[in-house]
Amino acid sequence: MVEVDRLTKFYGSFAAIRDVSFTAETGQILGFLGPNGAGKTTTMRILTGYMPAHSGTARVAGYDVFEESREARQRTGYLPENPPLYLEMTPTSYLDFVARINGVPRGRRREAIAGALEATKTQDVSRQPISTLSRGYKQRVAIAQALVHDPEVLILDEPTIGLDPKQIIEIRNLIKGLAQNRTVILSTHILPEVMQICDKVVIIANGRIVAEDQLDSLTATEDLEQVFLRVTAGEAVAEPESEPEPELVPELESEPEEELVPEPEHEPEEEQP
Amino acid sequence: MTNIWAVAYKELRSYFVSPIAYVVLAGFLLLCGWFFWIYLAQFSQMVQIYSQVQRPDLLEQFNLNDMVMAPLLQNMVVIFLILLPLVTMRLFAEERSRGTDELLLTSPVSTLEITLGKFLGAGLFFLIMMGCTVVYPAILTYFGDPEMGPILTGYLGVILIGLSFLALGLFTSTLTDNQIVAAVLSFVVLLLFFAIGWPANTVGETTGAVLQYLSLTEHYQDLVRGLINGPDLIYYVSLIAFALFLTQRSLESLRWR
Repeated sequence: MVEVDRLTKFYGSFAAIRDVSFTAETGQILGFLGPNGAGKTTTMRILTGYMPAHSGTARVAGYDVFEESREARQRTGYLPENPPLYLEMTPTSYLDFVARINGVPRGRRREAIAGALEATKTQDVSRQPISTLSRGYKQRVAIAQALVHDPEVLILDEPTIGLDPKQIIEIRNLIKGLAQNRTVILSTHILPEVMQICDKVVIIANGRIVAEDQLDSLTATEDLEQVFLRVTAGEAVAEPESEPEPELVPELESEPEEELVPEPEHEPEEEQP
Repeated sequence: MTNIWAVAYKELRSYFVSPIAYVVLAGFLLLCGWFFWIYLAQFSQMVQIYSQVQRPDLLEQFNLNDMVMAPLLQNMVVIFLILLPLVTMRLFAEERSRGTDELLLTSPVSTLEITLGKFLGAGLFFLIMMGCTVVYPAILTYFGDPEMGPILTGYLGVILIGLSFLALGLFTSTLTDNQIVAAVLSFVVLLLFFAIGWPANTVGETTGAVLQYLSLTEHYQDLVRGLINGPDLIYYVSLIAFALFLTQRSLESLRWR
């Protein structure tokens, strides 16, 4: 169970997210969608305790991520956007380290590591340095890292990136299986992926939630792509770079001699907090 | 405590699965061996000269502690000044550049535990370095008869000095995601502390005394000779504690950037 209530986060004076609220139930896979730079990673980083919000609250598995950060973090498995791998380690020693710092007791550690390796089908490379692995294997080791301590809540930032079609199907099935008794929040750009595995969809644009509904009701009259384009309208969806917010455009009126081409003002990327 | 140990073990392992540990150890022992040979050769030459002039009273003033071990330990401190920033530079800078800090900071481990774990990991590697140098006093004891007391206290002093260098290096490593920058900052801080007492005579009595107290050089001369004074111990212990405190604060502030 993840409850997010009016989270707001500023980078300098730029609001990366504003009044973000949504709920994900246990047993649910929540698809977290939005154009690049909309605030997905920022929201996920707040939920995982990587950084605090300026206002609002969030509860993960019943624990407040600010007040009871340690308890919340213990119950969260997180796959960041960039796989956080120690390249000189082998998957086994890496997972051993992650299991230790997540408090998996000594007696259960070996079992937990074997389980995570098996779930992500990385047993074959478990004794090779991670630096020698292909991108798909690296991504799967990073997913194994999020699973190893058997967390109640899984937060996955683009989990299927870098995988081949067969691996994508395997990982999607894995996530579906994991969601039976867990809460999964999954950010992705791949709309068919959402159609296939998500129960609920939250769409964020310009740091605000613009849609939150069950997948079925959201796609009752139009398909997900149309919904996505409609609710993120006003945002240049096709362009990956974050464009100035509509509220920022009036600034240009002070210089009327200039053409009204919105100069892509370089807002802080969400990758660099 | 389990968390501290988990981080420390990971760090220690990282040193030994990469070439860092072997290069640092080999370089350090090569330099130490060179210095040891120089001082030993000088010592035996002096002994020979003074035996020929038949002055047993002068001969008695020579001893292995003052003429070999003390200068050797003193030179080790200078080697640390250059080598230890290279040992600590990666500790946080590498985590940040690879994005693995996101893993550490989102796991149920406090920043204090991370700080202490990293310090312990680097500290254990440093103890292994120092452990390898035990061969020099062992050679002296086998062929000669040095006093063990000053050697042990000298080692204690040098270890304390090395740990304080590591703690400062750990702190500078949190300031950047670039390892070279971290190493340079660490050099600058250490050299500054090394030379901070030099203008003591020209800046007035009070300021001079303060600068002199802050100076690293001021506090290690006695330690390497095996003289343990309270103020020197307090100086290094508080330097370590202060640097670790800064490290933890700096790590915590990463969340706000």
